[in-house]
Amino acid sequence: MMNYFPDEVIEHIFDYVVSHRDRNALSLVCKSWYRIERFTRQRVFIGNCYSITPERLIQRFPGLKSLTLKGKPHFADFSLVPYDWGGFLCPWIEALAKSRVGLEELRLKRMVVSDESLELLSRSFTHFKSLVLVSCEGFTTDGLAAIAANCRFLRELDLQENEVEDHKGQWLSCFPDSCTSLVSLNFACLKGEVSLGALERLVARSPNLKSLKLNRSVPLDALQRIMMRAPQLADLGIGSFVHDPDSEAYIRLKNTILKCKSITSLSGFLEVAPHCLAAIYPICPNLTSLNLSYAAGIQGSELIKLIRHCGKLQRLWIMDCIGDKGLGVVAMTCKDLQELRVFPSAPYGNPAAVTEKGLVAISMGCPKLHSLLYFCHQMTNAALITVAKNCPNFIRFRLCILEALKPDPDTLEPLDEGFGAIVQSCRRLRRLSLSGQLTDQVFLYIGMYAEQLEMLSIAFAGESDKGMLYVLNGCKKLRKLEIRDCPFGNMALLTDVGKYETMRSLWMSSCEVTVGACKLLAKKMPRLNVEIFNENEQEDCSLEDGQRVEKMYLYRTLAGKRKDAPEYVWTL
Amino acid sequence: MLLLMEKQGLGLGLEITELRLGLPCGEPVEKKEKKEKKRVFSEIQAGDDDDDENSSSEDRKVQTKNQVVGWPPLCSYRKKNTVSQTKKYVKVSMDGAPFLRKIDLAMHKGYSDLALSFENFFSCYGIREALKDADNAEHVPIYEDKDGDWMLVGDVPWEMFIESCKRLRIMKRSDAKGFDLQPKGSLKGFIEGVTK
Repeated sequence: MMNYFPDEVIEHIFDYVVSHRDRNALSLVCKSWYRIERFTRQRVFIGNCYSITPERLIQRFPGLKSLTLKGKPHFADFSLVPYDWGGFLCPWIEALAKSRVGLEELRLKRMVVSDESLELLSRSFTHFKSLVLVSCEGFTTDGLAAIAANCRFLRELDLQENEVEDHKGQWLSCFPDSCTSLVSLNFACLKGEVSLGALERLVARSPNLKSLKLNRSVPLDALQRIMMRAPQLADLGIGSFVHDPDSEAYIRLKNTILKCKSITSLSGFLEVAPHCLAAIYPICPNLTSLNLSYAAGIQGSELIKLIRHCGKLQRLWIMDCIGDKGLGVVAMTCKDLQELRVFPSAPYGNPAAVTEKGLVAISMGCPKLHSLLYFCHQMTNAALITVAKNCPNFIRFRLCILEALKPDPDTLEPLDEGFGAIVQSCRRLRRLSLSGQLTDQVFLYIGMYAEQLEMLSIAFAGESDKGMLYVLNGCKKLRKLEIRDCPFGNMALLTDVGKYETMRSLWMSSCEVTVGACKLLAKKMPRLNVEIFNENEQEDCSLEDGQRVEKMYLYRTLAGKRKDAPEYVWTL
Repeated sequence: MLLLMEKQGLGLGLEITELRLGLPCGEPVEKKEKKEKKRVFSEIQAGDDDDDENSSSEDRKVQTKNQVVGWPPLCSYRKKNTVSQTKKYVKVSMDGAPFLRKIDLAMHKGYSDLALSFENFFSCYGIREALKDADNAEHVPIYEDKDGDWMLVGDVPWEMFIESCKRLRIMKRSDAKGFDLQPKGSLKGFIEGVTK
């Protein structure tokens, strides 16, 4: 039937199909749809920047406006990927600049971004509107200055958790007076100072500014002046919140806050004098999102007092100094809670932190919870079983018991049954991170029940190859599997090699796979890049087949072996 | 189930499942050709040794050495920006003492904690006695702030104090003749901390 519609009609219908997966599906229906889809596609998501070359991407989607790229593997966050592994933005910008693509949006995660690429980006695309950098590195404030100076229609500059070198130049002052289009500005991760005058003037001439996240160099009095100029702000990240409670500045701030009724999202407090939090109580009842995970200066009791005012919270990121008792308060107060993240305040032990009790309380009070990241000191099977019963809607469940290999402290048993209950109850689970003492049994459960699972992170778990095989055989929708310090070896790796082409990537470090097995895998599957990292500093490092591989990262690709790999990366 | 675990535990080394209360020791796990640095099951930090919140910096150093790479799985940006990483060392001088000391303000929870440190450092130089009697204390703790001014310790909230303190000095009250050194609430607590 669709064949009788002219292309314009089909294009119009395709306009309503927005998600990447749906568009990918459309393109597979027939040649005609493939053709129409590729010319109308504006947004592309590349989960692994080495899976395709920029040239090929541009060739297929000449109408590209928005590109999302991810570089390094996830475990790079935890220092497991050596420096200089890859993920360079440069070739992408160069290729895009050469082409006729009118790029407007670029979102990057875990990529190496140089000042030169930022400069080239800023000069190559007249209608560039939005730059989002998450966990990137390699650039300085000079690169930001180029973006500020040259992107005339910039709407969004969002820097999240990047390592940025501060060059003391006044990057913020580089926004020209003619720039009035800003909607979102986030520079919370920058260490250096910005010109406060330039910041205030920028805010004053940006009537559409909805999201502003300051770094710790912006003091309280500047915050107050900024908030005066931007009463329309919906999302605020506070830099420094240190002041004398009797000062004029503080009183002015309290009054200004009363006028900011549209703030629904609050974060930051990178420096804080906790007993002054009372100033923000008036906006708490409107908050749907609160991120205090970097507010190390706020103690548990102050956090609890604050939470009592936040009845509408849907998303809460917090540190574990809130304690089990504090989580009980969250459970009583935040009935609409959907996402909770509890981070460790002292990565190697804080006795007053959270345990399974806090999580159980949350599960009882917050039935809408669907995303969890929970760092705790201990967990029991009974607690996990209770949580599974109370919250069957989990999409993301990431549990990190700080002491690796810790069993259930009550029964001294592994946590197989607890996690088993989670996967059995939460049929929509897409992402799972395991911890604690675990045998092969938990993987049997995961393979049996976790039908929608797309990403699985495993550390210090399992007993034999069977564990990994249960997962590879059972989880049909698995896309990313990352494993460290588990006794999985060659048999598990090689039993179903075709599986890896259905996945984005597999990471295995400190496991039992050998060089020989990796070579065999690479030979059988030419459309996979099988990389092993040989970090031996010895001169004589010819890899023998029997040698155990310390780190292996494999991913499907249409681009072949990459040319930018450092010396220690061997693509087999 | 337990039997199975035991059997297989033998291959892995039952040490893995043992709960440890002491500091991690260097027992290697029976694995072929593992890299000691990376695969340190038996050296995994047991959380229980931290029952004393004020563990000395020496203890902390040993613990750091034995940590497993990349565990807990906290991204490096977050690790760097949580307070346990920051250090704030300042010089402390006491009038009459032949040499200065350095203390890490970030390791202290408040003024009374700080007073305890002073006690430790300068006890043989009489600080306990000096601060015992607040009204007639022979010594007064002062600090130099960011602007270069010398301020009385205890007036401002602790967090503000840490931010602005550049160095500390325990001076003789006799050097501050004519000034009102009546301690505000915080300083009283400071002194009480010393004399407890």
